[in-house]
Amino acid sequence: MVDSAFIIEKSVVIVVVFAITMIMAMYSTWAERKVAAFLQDRVGPNRAGWGGLLQPLADGLKLFSKEEFFPNTPNRFLFVVGPAIAMSTALMTSAVIPWGDRLHLFGRDILLQATDINIALLYFFGVVSVGVYGIMIGGWASNNKFSLMGAVRAASQMVSYEVAMGLSMIALLMMTGTLSLKEISLQQTGMNWNVFYQPLSFLIFLICAFAETNRTPFDLAECESELIGGYHTEYSSMKMGFYLFAEYANMFISATIISVLFFGGYNYPGMQWMVENVGVNAANILGIAVLFAKICFWIFFYMWVRWTIPRFRYDQLMNLGWRILIPLSIANIIVTGIVILRHDLAAFLGF
Amino acid sequence: MSIETISLSGRKKVVSNKEMTFWERLYLVAIVKGLFITIKHFFKKKATIHYPEQVREMSPVYRGQHMLKRDEQGRENCTACGLCALSCPAEAITMKAAERKADEKHLYREEKYAEIYEINMLRCIFCGLCEEACPKDAIYLTTSKVLVPSSYEREDFIFGKDRLVMPLDVAIKNAQLNNAN
Repeated sequence: MVDSAFIIEKSVVIVVVFAITMIMAMYSTWAERKVAAFLQDRVGPNRAGWGGLLQPLADGLKLFSKEEFFPNTPNRFLFVVGPAIAMSTALMTSAVIPWGDRLHLFGRDILLQATDINIALLYFFGVVSVGVYGIMIGGWASNNKFSLMGAVRAASQMVSYEVAMGLSMIALLMMTGTLSLKEISLQQTGMNWNVFYQPLSFLIFLICAFAETNRTPFDLAECESELIGGYHTEYSSMKMGFYLFAEYANMFISATIISVLFFGGYNYPGMQWMVENVGVNAANILGIAVLFAKICFWIFFYMWVRWTIPRFRYDQLMNLGWRILIPLSIANIIVTGIVILRHDLAAFLGF
Repeated sequence: MSIETISLSGRKKVVSNKEMTFWERLYLVAIVKGLFITIKHFFKKKATIHYPEQVREMSPVYRGQHMLKRDEQGRENCTACGLCALSCPAEAITMKAAERKADEKHLYREEKYAEIYEINMLRCIFCGLCEEACPKDAIYLTTSKVLVPSSYEREDFIFGKDRLVMPLDVAIKNAQLNNAN
């Protein structure tokens, strides 16, 4: 039986998660410009609000008020669908992420997660790979060779790196034995982070996350100098804004996934002590803050890398994906399997 | 010393085509090094000057908007000889001379003065040749220390005497400073 309190609770959690994703994506655009400026010895946007904090609002307002340009394309419907898919897939992934363990409010235990499904990680991979369609459809419907080129690059790049990403995950999943992000978080209490057990898996996942989110050094799909912006060349106004927004939302989500899978999610050393001595709510609010600190670090890392490494050549990208990362992750799986089954193996071999 | 070993900058590095080691081929070490280089810039002092609030300090010889000088008694120095206009490579200066009346002795130092004196700031290249040519120390680019302001109309860039002549209070202040010294 589903009671109304449950529905209200979940609705509130969903709205809050949605709002946070939007705000984080918005302020990622601000942070991107600020970090880029600081890494280049500049100061960045600082006119709109204190430290330029109102800059994302000004940008949004500008994009809304701009002319909506339609290229001469027979696919007007697909042209609109492209950014919609990109945006909705970017926002859908946040549903399975555990932002904290639980809050105890109004005599109820409120799980800080929109939904705890036991295939959360599969859901994440599924939704992320649908995101390729947004780019592909948009680039195709633009009726522009540069857009198409960008879309083709994005699609092949994302498909290739999804393989390595999935394989790197398998090694981790063999260890955790579950696909539920909540349980993966719970397993990493204290400093029991997965990154210490699976560093190679983490490295591969990190590289693939860069490729999946189309960030430098793998931003071949939208390189300004070669493809004048790639798949979103023909887009203007808020449709353009949606593509850019989706990119930042994706960045936020992948930073979250990295934090949850490898860096203990909301866990911090001494969380158990906090729960027992200070209270569930305080401990979990601190946990949420810790999770966001981790997320912010990874978002910063994305930007940091962007201004450090230049763009890869396309053959280098494919070479890295297919001939290095995939064999490496398969080797990682084998080694992990051997380590997990070491007692059985020893028994089998008669030690 | 042979030509191969000379290094004027002291930073000469011979390019080698040696095969990269395993760690070098991974590039991860190089990437981490690069990350440290970029993060150093993150904390560096920024070179930006926040313009409307902060103004870059101008050099003492900065050539900005022209100023037609007055002497200590507040009289205009210019005698409308036209040497500035003649020396101007951009032909930015025009003037019309007039004779000083008896009751204008407190206004103009010389018997002849510039009734109209115009500089087209769009033509001017701020080379300072007018200042060099002037025999009466009348025109200076270095005293005003201001940039010519922007405008939407071309006509607004033709500066007449109303915008070029040194304000009277500045002349009075200069005179006071001179007396004090």
